[in-house]
Amino acid sequence: MNSVSQMKETVEEILKLYPEKAHKNRSEHLAVKDDECKGCALKSNVKTVPGVMTARGCAFAGSKGVVYGPIKDIIHLSHGPVGCGYYSWATRRNLAEGTLGVDNFVPFQFTSDFQENDIVYGGDKKLERILREIVQLFPNAKGISIQSECPVGLIGDDIESVARRLAEELKLPIIPVRCEGFRGISQSLGHHIANDSIRDYILGKASRTDVGPYDVGLIGDYNIGGDAWATKKILEEIGLKVRNVWTGDSTLEMIQTGHQVKLNLIHCYRSMNYIARHMEEKYQIPWMEFNFFGPTKIKESLIKIAEFFDDTILENARKVIAKYEPMMAKVIETYRPRLEGKKVMLYVGGLRPRHVIGAYEDLGMEIIGTGYEFAHSDDYERTFEKVQEGTLIYDDVSAYELEEFAKRLAPDLIGAGIKEKYVFEKMGLPFRQMHSWDYSGPYHGYEGFPIFARDMDMAINSPTWKLIPSPWKSSINKEVAAR
Amino acid sequence: MRQVAIYGKGGIGKSTTTQNTVAALAEMGKKVTIVGCDPKADSTRLILHSKAQATVMDLARERGTVEDLELDEVLMEGYAGIRCAESGGPEPGVGCAGRGVITAINFLEENGAYTTDTDYVFYDVLGDVVCGGFAMPIRENKAQEIYIVTSGEMMAMYAANNISKGILKYATTGSVRLGGLICNSRKVDKEYELIEELAKRLNTQMIHFLPRDNQVQRAELRKMTVIEYSPEHPQADEYRALGRKIDQNQNLSIPTPLAMEELEELLMEYGILEE
Repeated sequence: MNSVSQMKETVEEILKLYPEKAHKNRSEHLAVKDDECKGCALKSNVKTVPGVMTARGCAFAGSKGVVYGPIKDIIHLSHGPVGCGYYSWATRRNLAEGTLGVDNFVPFQFTSDFQENDIVYGGDKKLERILREIVQLFPNAKGISIQSECPVGLIGDDIESVARRLAEELKLPIIPVRCEGFRGISQSLGHHIANDSIRDYILGKASRTDVGPYDVGLIGDYNIGGDAWATKKILEEIGLKVRNVWTGDSTLEMIQTGHQVKLNLIHCYRSMNYIARHMEEKYQIPWMEFNFFGPTKIKESLIKIAEFFDDTILENARKVIAKYEPMMAKVIETYRPRLEGKKVMLYVGGLRPRHVIGAYEDLGMEIIGTGYEFAHSDDYERTFEKVQEGTLIYDDVSAYELEEFAKRLAPDLIGAGIKEKYVFEKMGLPFRQMHSWDYSGPYHGYEGFPIFARDMDMAINSPTWKLIPSPWKSSINKEVAAR
Repeated sequence: MRQVAIYGKGGIGKSTTTQNTVAALAEMGKKVTIVGCDPKADSTRLILHSKAQATVMDLARERGTVEDLELDEVLMEGYAGIRCAESGGPEPGVGCAGRGVITAINFLEENGAYTTDTDYVFYDVLGDVVCGGFAMPIRENKAQEIYIVTSGEMMAMYAANNISKGILKYATTGSVRLGGLICNSRKVDKEYELIEELAKRLNTQMIHFLPRDNQVQRAELRKMTVIEYSPEHPQADEYRALGRKIDQNQNLSIPTPLAMEELEELLMEYGILEE
């Protein structure tokens, strides 16, 4: 591994290319974990340096794409010109069960398709018409969320009053969400805005009668590739009842009754800690972070969760861990020899840059660099304690920096998103998408770990990489071949 | 073809001044088009003898899109062959009137509203340049000369100075210039001297001092310009003089807007009468 000082030198070398102001700015977003963790602080959740390529999204992406999108039995209207809705259509792998158009609207795209006239004269009347139309076309929809695109905020449409009037007329929850893309500096504010609107318009608006002592809420699991299902399976196996999932494969009723659980288990802290804190304050529901990536973390988390309840649950948890341990040992036995010592660089979103570390370590792999697109300081605090000395941490890393880091640190695998995937694959570097699981998954839980291990092995040990150096251009590819 | 934009504080008399001046120019044989850039759509009332029936945006709204319009549906001919169009737009408090102005002006240009025999296009713009849309007429390749209607009243002068700032912004990147201040008198003390001094400080001229006369009101009630309603009235001659001065104006400058303190000092100097 690179020593701390070497890593710091590498960072300095790469930053040299920037003009003075950008250099100063970016150097504050990069840190190397050192022995006493003196350098364990970096700047985050601020505006991207103009001109650099960032992988960040916008508030609309945070609200419609992340938080609201997976609620399956309400219709999410992308309110504004057609592009935001169209290009965010089916781009996130939040799986949902149900009958299309009856109790599952996830695969649909609803847009108000603003025209010039709607901008000049305002879109409120059109919105009214659309809301009525939605109910006519899909009478089973349990509600409608209005996801504002930029122009709605710019021209000052009063979507709140339309929502209020039409909710009465249509006898249906209609939730106006002010997630205009220009608000904030990344998708992060969109999560917050979405949480706040859930608090104001959904949470506590209904209640269940069958409340039990083992009811838990699963917060911040968006069921990417079936993750929430895999998580739920374990929690139920130890005797807990997962009443609500926020928001993977979830229903409006789940969110409405979210205040009736005994404990909230929070997976993606970044995008949903707001509502967890709110439920703690208003309904005295404690919340707990946990991690179901890889057997080590699953075991730790299961014990921690079970200890919150009683001896029965704790006993169940121990049994479940014991039941799956041989299975996990077998996965490790198969893949660890093929992956041992392989170096990984990550660059993802909400929580994975720290949560997947344990799963890689279970396979003998080493994280040499990790970072987030839109994290805040509390995310980085949680990250520094999970990484080894000499690990590079990067916040809102630019395309240039990430490429240069990859060239110099020569990882065996990069885990990031679709924007990065082909750049690195063309550089001859094994790559896995860590937002969408590269169309695979689930990666959560005991069900997910074997898939995770297989996918990482598939990426790194694919025979394809041997074919990369062209025999007639061997000099150019020496560097790649050396890997 | 000269493209002229008239700006000024709301209620200062831009539309009245524009229409009377245009009527004077038409009387001189000039071919003029007026484009009203205000959702109220009252920039051409005195020329057409009625409020414009079809504005560009209202008709576009009715038809679906602006592409469904024909030029002759929104370009009307009024007094002395003056051609009139109104951008139109939403009622106050809704939507984006600025975008309406942009759309309407683009429509008129693209559809050949400005024929080669046109001598002048006058843009009569909503009082407060609240957003980019209302600056549309002074952007590249649109109006090259601006006249600001003002009076000796403090807020009108503030507005004139602010508009100069806007012109300066576009003057440095394009060809737009300030042609002068039109003083539409409110009978303020030392008004003539005050506006002359303001013009000097703004690096421009007071192109004309229009005295206050009730004849303007009388003509307006009859939906006419003074030129048409009472061609022999002395006030008609004032507008003729203004028209002539604009026609012959060579003094096009880049404005030098005043700092707030400077403007206030100016007002103190001229506004407070010695006992």
